[in-house]
Amino acid sequence: MAGSAIAVPLPVAPQAVQRSQWRMAYERFRAHRPAVAAVVVLGALAALSAAAPLVSPYDATKVTLAEIYERPSLAHPFGTDALGRDLATRILYGGRVSLAVGVLAVTVAVTVGTLVGTMAGYYGRWVDSVLMRFVDMMYSFPRLFLLILFGVFFKGMTFGVIILVLGLLSWMTTSRLVRASFLSLKHREFVEAARCVGARDRRIIFRHILPNSLAPIIVAATLGVAGAIIAESTLSFLGLGIQPPTPSWGNMLKDAPTEMNIAPWTAVFPGLFIFLAVVSINFIGDGLRDALDPRHVVSRRG
Amino acid sequence: MAVTPTDTEYVRTRSTATVGSGRNLLDVKALKMHFPLTQGIIFQRQVGAVRAVDGIDFFVEKGETLGLVGESGCGKSTTGRAILQLYKPTAGEVKFDNIELTTLGGEQMRRMRRRMQMIFQDPYASLNPRMTVGNIIGEPLEVHNLARGKEKTERVQELLRVVGLNPYFTNRYPHEFSGGQRQRIGVARALAVEPEFIVADEPISALDVSIQAQIINLLEELQDRFKLTYLFIAHDLSVVRHISDRVAVMYLGKIVELADRVDLYEKPLHPYSQALLSAVPIPDPAVESKRKRIILTGDVPSPVNPPSGCRFHTRCWKAQQICSEVDPEFIEHEPRHWAACHFPGA
Repeated sequence: MAGSAIAVPLPVAPQAVQRSQWRMAYERFRAHRPAVAAVVVLGALAALSAAAPLVSPYDATKVTLAEIYERPSLAHPFGTDALGRDLATRILYGGRVSLAVGVLAVTVAVTVGTLVGTMAGYYGRWVDSVLMRFVDMMYSFPRLFLLILFGVFFKGMTFGVIILVLGLLSWMTTSRLVRASFLSLKHREFVEAARCVGARDRRIIFRHILPNSLAPIIVAATLGVAGAIIAESTLSFLGLGIQPPTPSWGNMLKDAPTEMNIAPWTAVFPGLFIFLAVVSINFIGDGLRDALDPRHVVSRRG
Repeated sequence: MAVTPTDTEYVRTRSTATVGSGRNLLDVKALKMHFPLTQGIIFQRQVGAVRAVDGIDFFVEKGETLGLVGESGCGKSTTGRAILQLYKPTAGEVKFDNIELTTLGGEQMRRMRRRMQMIFQDPYASLNPRMTVGNIIGEPLEVHNLARGKEKTERVQELLRVVGLNPYFTNRYPHEFSGGQRQRIGVARALAVEPEFIVADEPISALDVSIQAQIINLLEELQDRFKLTYLFIAHDLSVVRHISDRVAVMYLGKIVELADRVDLYEKPLHPYSQALLSAVPIPDPAVESKRKRIILTGDVPSPVNPPSGCRFHTRCWKAQQICSEVDPEFIEHEPRHWAACHFPGA
């Protein structure tokens, strides 16, 4: 080889296009049509719910006995319920509750799950054994049974309690995922390199291992939101969750079994929205899984 | 240019004043690294151990390059990691500049890492894919509080220049680089703390042959420029011959021979070294056709259950009764030429 081994490559403009891994994941997500459609649907749902007072001229809780069980019409696109309240309005306000419960409960679950999984996976040995046996124990409780028990205990749960209870009953999946990815990452060379360079545990965990375990956490969290929405609906349907007159998609279905015959729209529309939200979230979760799966990165880069 | 043996042009011209001055930067004594094998899910009991490194002694002098060669799985990499305390050694001493590392506390050892660094084998696995090159190279500066903000950026750019990369690359991610470039990033990270000692763990075996020479030359230039001491781990004998001042040969967790480069390559004492060297092709058809290979039979025995006596006796053509009974001592047969064999020499 002629000349110095230290040959500086041709200068490249600093503003050259930089495609980070997240950017590539975003592009792959964009290519996943059902997921993109789901983002649009869910986004619209969330936006309309958030802006409910601006969108709807009606009050979600005001009883109008003159307009009981009105069929869907221009004035009431989804009809009215047993107390003459506009169903569309209640669905929007209910969406606020249901979506917020879903997102916040998952936030609790992911935080706890990540913490437990990190401790177990990084420190290993007896910490791992103790924490994972605890996870096994938590898994073995029937969730619905516990939810009902809490519901009865609190005589119907408030917004905050329901989030806490749902979150604290559903962090185990995340903790196992996080633990598994810590186990596989902590012996990788770049983690060893960080330790060799003199990084402390905290930096290794937060700068090196966690960012590389984000993909499965994000997917699990997304799918978890759907689960939490359904759990909240179930509880409220049973009368143990969000208490009327505050609407939630679940408690709007409370009288559905009897109303199905006289005013089917009161049962169909809230159910439809639960379905829409859950399906959208699942599609988004699917899209994220495909976008963040490292195997796709490999196949793309060949 | 390919890195080849026998050519005299590769004889290094570097000053030998610091070599052999008796000032050892690293002293390793009776170092053992055993990995326990356990059984059971809750109550784990130890059923054995992989004796990856099983009692080795050597020293590295300031400014020299000690090559460490051996087959895959003989414990070369484990030795490097045990020296840097990335693995906690089972037994033995590791003295760096007369400071015993095996008994240092976590924080003290962390500070010592400023003085000793490592270059890793696989440039695809040793860089965090979620960090930019600037953050990767800047990390050592951050954790040791060496530079911050603008000063850090400038240091990183300087380091990139030193290893032959474009200083504008700081905002890029590792996947945007080739293997050789990535290895240069790894070298820059190791240099960031201005270490005295670097363990190079097969730094070129994952690279294309054309790139290997570049990285080797880079490492040599850096050694001269920054007065570095290397422990160079490799399985390619030609490369080791090219870069090393002294060479240690490892077999199944032990060093079987250690000598100055010329001595080891010209008159190896241990039959295992002889067999290894006979396998090196010679880039001269006339000589190559006369080269006699010593073909070893059998596989490397398991390090879980190494053979009795001399570990090499199961594959050695010279083996006698004594070889399977008595573990030969690691003796200085000639000045600065150690070997562990009952029947050393040709």
